[in-house]
Order: sequence, then structure tokens, then C-alpha cells
Amino acid sequence: MLATKKEPIWIARELIRCSGCRKCEIACSLFHENRIWPEASRIRVFMLVPGAEFPHFCAQCKDYPCVKSCPVKALSISKKTGAVLVNNERCTACGNCINACPGRIPHMHPTENYIVICDLCGGDPQCVKVCREGGWNVLETVSRGDRPYKLYARKPEETARDLALKMYGEQAEEYL
Amino acid sequence: MILGHAGKLLEANLSTGKTKTLKLDDEVLKDYVGGRGLATKILWDRLGSKWERVDPLGPENILLLLTGPLTGYYPGGRTCVSGKSPQSNGVVGSTVAGEFGVELRCAGYDGVVVTGESEKPVYLFVKDSDVEIRDAAHLWGKDAKQTVKTLTKECRELLQKRYRRFGVWKEPSLLYIGPGGENKVRTAVVAAKWTHAAGYGGYGAVMGSKRLKAVAVKGTGPLPEAADMRKVKRYIKKVNDNAYDSPLWRRWGTGSGGYEFGAETSSEPVRNWQGEWHNERSYGVDQFENRTWVKQSWSDFGCPTCCLKVAMVKSGKFKGAITDNPDYEMQAYLGPNLGIFTPEENVFLTALADDLGLCGIQTGNVMGFAAELYQKGILTRKDLDGIDLRWGDAEAFGTLMRKIALREGIGDLLAEGTYRAALKLGKVKGIDLLPLAVQSKGISIGAHGIRSGKDFIDTIGYACSVQGGDHTSAASLPLNGGGSELMEIFNDSGVYCNFNSFGLPRNLKFDFYKAVTGVELTRQEWCDTKALRILQLQRAMLLLGGPDLKWNPKVHDDNPPRFYEPLPSGPHKGKTTNRKEFESYKKKYYAAAGWDENGVPTSDILRKLELQDVDRTLRRIRKDLRD
Repeated sequence: MLATKKEPIWIARELIRCSGCRKCEIACSLFHENRIWPEASRIRVFMLVPGAEFPHFCAQCKDYPCVKSCPVKALSISKKTGAVLVNNERCTACGNCINACPGRIPHMHPTENYIVICDLCGGDPQCVKVCREGGWNVLETVSRGDRPYKLYARKPEETARDLALKMYGEQAEEYL
Repeated sequence: MILGHAGKLLEANLSTGKTKTLKLDDEVLKDYVGGRGLATKILWDRLGSKWERVDPLGPENILLLLTGPLTGYYPGGRTCVSGKSPQSNGVVGSTVAGEFGVELRCAGYDGVVVTGESEKPVYLFVKDSDVEIRDAAHLWGKDAKQTVKTLTKECRELLQKRYRRFGVWKEPSLLYIGPGGENKVRTAVVAAKWTHAAGYGGYGAVMGSKRLKAVAVKGTGPLPEAADMRKVKRYIKKVNDNAYDSPLWRRWGTGSGGYEFGAETSSEPVRNWQGEWHNERSYGVDQFENRTWVKQSWSDFGCPTCCLKVAMVKSGKFKGAITDNPDYEMQAYLGPNLGIFTPEENVFLTALADDLGLCGIQTGNVMGFAAELYQKGILTRKDLDGIDLRWGDAEAFGTLMRKIALREGIGDLLAEGTYRAALKLGKVKGIDLLPLAVQSKGISIGAHGIRSGKDFIDTIGYACSVQGGDHTSAASLPLNGGGSELMEIFNDSGVYCNFNSFGLPRNLKFDFYKAVTGVELTRQEWCDTKALRILQLQRAMLLLGGPDLKWNPKVHDDNPPRFYEPLPSGPHKGKTTNRKEFESYKKKYYAAAGWDENGVPTSDILRKLELQDVDRTLRRIRKDLRD
């Protein structure tokens, strides 16, 4: 179901279609930092095995373990979008949320003292826009249902392994 | 102040093991931009006075890995590899796709300068300002896929251990060499990912001579600040939208050429250019797609085109071979040029070239040369260490390619590249073999013939290029035309992919440059002054040559003899290059470029471009040519 702007959303992902163009990183960092800045991007494309690139970003787990893990209440849940919001002033960059995340998705801002997590761009995710403009359609904004999105919060090594095996068959074992 | 640059280079001296940063002058950046232009300037300043004596494979040579102000901004990121070329003894700006250049800029450098040579195998690890020369003994001898695997794992572990707080690290970006480069094969590449390569120039051999297996870089900063971000965003969108509306390369990659350049324009190398036509339905891009592609769109930083595909052979003798499309050049040189017309066999040979770190164009060219010698009985089976090198036998060519990478037996001779192999073998056999060497100034001709007149290269394209047979830097008139060598110098100096410019207004790249750097640059100024200066410097160093060979423009500013033979078959049967027209075009080109009747830059043009020192150096060449 395509999302309307009035309800919480989710970014559906078909990772095997990713071309590795990293336009999502460019769009994300331009939106949040007004710079092209791959390591500050809230969505990051991993290439642990060439050809099997994929974007790695927040899945907004139903139980939000990152939010629960924060000792200073720097993380909150957006009522509008369902995204995890970071209060930059409050965040102490302790890293608890990284360890609480089943996919180890949050990472530190490279120059500032706070964590960065996908905020769904307030409801109009820029990564989805560029991905669809280019016709890759790895990402799609859908309305957020009551589903186990946590399944998508996976470590990059796990996802890389799955995609490499899917593409190259058992031969991928040689590259992992 | 000029924006869009980091303003400094990282220099690693592998003889002393010391690294340092070098500040770049704004004026130098304004004049030479980056990539190929900056490489030319650095090489002239550091080696110009002794250029002829510098062995490209000796410790004196300098290996340059340079970005440009447009790297990462202009969609389709690349890195420019340069130095004194072990193929041409001149300077080649050889670019390779990938994120390496972006990482480098995000780490705070416009490029890496590698000098000296290490006693033992090393790699360079860069994380922003933390730089380390590390042992690479465990990587030496490893093929492309194993090198990438080992280094990706090792470098991520390093990052994870040293900078634990950050969270989970992405992989750093790599440039590396395979066994070919380690063994100083002159057709060896500097590679990225599994399949990307800076091929022209032979810089894999330079990296190997320095015993530098790889450079790994992770940059955590933003790209250097742009002057007008609003405009930059607008131009990025323009380039993207234009590419989205151009289905040819998005859909099929350049691999659509494997059939078209053979069957329709009749300009594809077939059996060492004995012909340029084939009508093999089996070589249609649809066959490659349906039989081998496991990924339809494969891309590098910011690229809207995705001309690359991932191909894998899933059954049969060559099961397990993985490479990209292959793109047109690989299709041609490791296909029809060797009498091969089967997608799986072509994927196998292309994957093998990747794995061995060899350039498919240059290596395909020298293998085609050897196969024709075998066809003609000049090389015997014994000469070939028992290989029955018949056209179309992919396994035989695979065996030969491995020998080239390892410099084993006949491979040691062919590892010198087509021109040098022809000279050496000709001496042994007592026959002039140069007529069968399809190259220009030591650099094999790209897979685009000129005889049918239907492809994009002019008759002087290779003969007058300062990068010889490089089809991505062909000479043509007018000098300020869209596809001229001066415009290619801009692509290679701004350092971005020239495949995202087709169909865009010609001035867009200069507007883009201004939006990033804040420096006004018109196409006219570029062509009349800055690019022309880079061209003269490249021409001067090409003419000065090296310790093993020099070029005489009266002899070597020419097409390979084969290009004057009539096409033997196909829709353009009988057509060939008209020598008279070629000579007159060449004369016009010399005049337009500011070269005298012998092809040497004149004192006038050099003084006008403030290259008095070049003028002084070229005096002895002018004198030699008069005598």
C-alpha cells in the first residue's frame, strides 16, 4: 500500500535490486548536512562483496530497542512518521543504541558528538525519491502496518552473505 | 581561494617508509584542475629535466592516484592513475571507476603520490589523517577476488579496532594490483572492486615495481566544500535526468557494441584486425543478458547510467567465471579479436584478465598478435610452450594469459606488450613484425577501427593522440569540438566518468566546475590555454621518450600498417584509410595544436603558454628531427 502523508510510513526494501550507485547516500547527506558526505549519511551502502551492494538503514522495530536503551532519553519516536528521532543536544554518544540494535545500524556522526539514525526525512524520504527516479526501485515508501519490521534490522555481514549467495551461489563462500 | 579541492596531496615514499602531506597552490589547481592535468604538471616539475633517463619501472618513477574537483560531485566518480607510462614512456591519464576518489577526497586529500620503491610487498592504509604503510606479504600473489576479500576484512577489522566508538564500519575503498602488476607486466592494470581497471598506460606494472600491492582509504569527512551548492544540486539533477532519458547504456551497457560494431559499423577487431566485420548472432547483447547477467544494473558512486552489469557463467566448462557485462572493449578484444564468438567464453577470459590484474584491451591485443603469428607459422607450437593457439580456442588463450601474468616462457616476451614484443621477436625471427602490431606509440589501439569510417574515431584519432591508442583520448578537429582530446583532458582532469555527458550542453561541465570551485572557466579558455598547455606537456614528454625507446613523429605519428589494408569482408569490404587524406588531416592538426611540420610543439606556442622550460628541452628534439 502506498503511503499518504498523514500516517506513519515504512521504507520497504528489495535489496537484491541495489545497483550500488549510492545516490541514497548522496541524497541523505545533502538533505541532512547540505554536503555530499557518505559517512554522515543515515543510509549507508555496504559492498562487502562486489556486486552484492545494499543499503543499510533503520527498520523502525516495533519495540524500538534503541530508544529503550538510551540512558539519557535522547531518542524518541516520531508520532507522525514512526521514525526514531535523535535529540542531538541530549545525546552523549555513548553507543548503547548501537549495541541494542539487532542490525548495529546507528553510527556516530563523523565530526559531531551524537548518533545518527534515519528520521524518514519527516515523512518524505529523499533516498526513496532518488532510488525511484533512477528506476532501481530498491526502496519504496509504504504505510506502516503492524508487522515485524525488526526482521529487517540485520547486521551488514549477514545481509551481505545472503545476497552474495543468492547472486553467486555457493561459490560466494570463497568471497565472504 | 579556490573551493572544491582538499588543497593537499598525500605523499608516501616507499624507499624510506615516510609519509607526508603536500600543500597544493591555488594557482596550480586553477591551471591544471586535477587528475590528468595535475599529473602532467607534477611529472614535468619533478622528472622533466631527466625524463628520457627515467625508467618507468624503476624507483625514480612516480605513481599518482589523483582526484579532481568534480570527483563525487559530477555523477559517476572515478580516480585518475598516472605516472611515466611503461607502455608509451609518456604520460597517460588513466581513469578507473569506483568510490576510491570520493573516499580520498573525504579523507582530506586530492590525491596520493607514491615515490621510491619498497624492499618488500606493502600496502598503504589511509583513514583520514592516519596513514600507515603495512606489510602485504600475505597478499602478494593473490588474485583480484582474494585480494579484495582479504583487504576488505583486514581493513574493516582495523577500523573496528582502532575507531570502535563509531559503530559498524563500512569497507574502505581499494585500488590494487593482481599478479600481472606484481610481475611488472606492461599490460597490467590498477584495479578497483573485482573488475574495474585503469588499463591504458600500464600503471599496474609501476605499482608492482614499487611493490605496492594496494591502497585502502576511508575518509569520514564531507567532500571538499563547493562554492554554490544550490547550483551543484541543480546540475547533478540535469546530468541524472539526461541519463535517465538515454536508454542505450542504461539498458544494455556498452556491451550492445559486441554485435553492432561488428555487424553494422564494421569496426571491431576480428582476429588481430585482419578483419573488422562479423555477423555473429551469438554475440548479440541479448545473448549475454539471457545467458550470463546476474545483475542488470551495477554502478559506481553517484552514477545514473549503470552501464555495468554483473555476469556469471552458471554451467559448462567455464562455470563460475564472474566479471562485469563484459563491456564492449572486453567483448571485442577477448572475443572476435581472438576468434571467439560465445558469451560464456568471453566472460571466462574477461574474468581471468580481472583475476590476473591484466588489461583486457592490451592483453587481448598482444594475444591476438601472437595468434596471428601462429596462424602464419612465424610462431611455432614449440615457441608457444606447446600451446595450440588456434583462433577461437578460449582455453588456449586462457593458458597463454596466465603465462603472461606470471611471465612464464613465451608469456615473458608477450608481457612486454605488443610493440616491444614485436621488436624483440622480429629480431629473433629476422622478420619485421611491426606491420602486425596494431598499436600506436606502445599503446594498443582501442576496439574501434577507422577503416569503415562508421565508428567515432577519426583517421588521426590514434596517430596524433598524446595517449597513443587510447580510444578515450582520441585526437580530432576542431580542437574545441565536443569529442576532441582537449575535452577528454577536461573529463580526466575534473575526474568523472565521460559517459554521463552525452547529449548535454557542452558548457554544462564548465558551469559545473564553476559551481564547485568558484572559478570561472569557459570552454574557450580551457581549449585555448589550460588544456592546450596540458596537451603540450604530454606531447613533450611523449617525444622525449624513455631509456628503452623513443618516438619519431615522422614515423610514429601514423596508424598501424594494418589500418591501410583494405577491409576483407562485410558491408564495407574494400574500404581502407586514405593515406593522402590522413596526411593532410594530420598537417591541419599539427597546425591547430601549435606543432611544427615534424609534430614538435613550436617555440611560439610554448612561449605563449608560458612553457619556456619545455621549449628549451625540446630544442634537441627539433635538432634531431632536422638532421
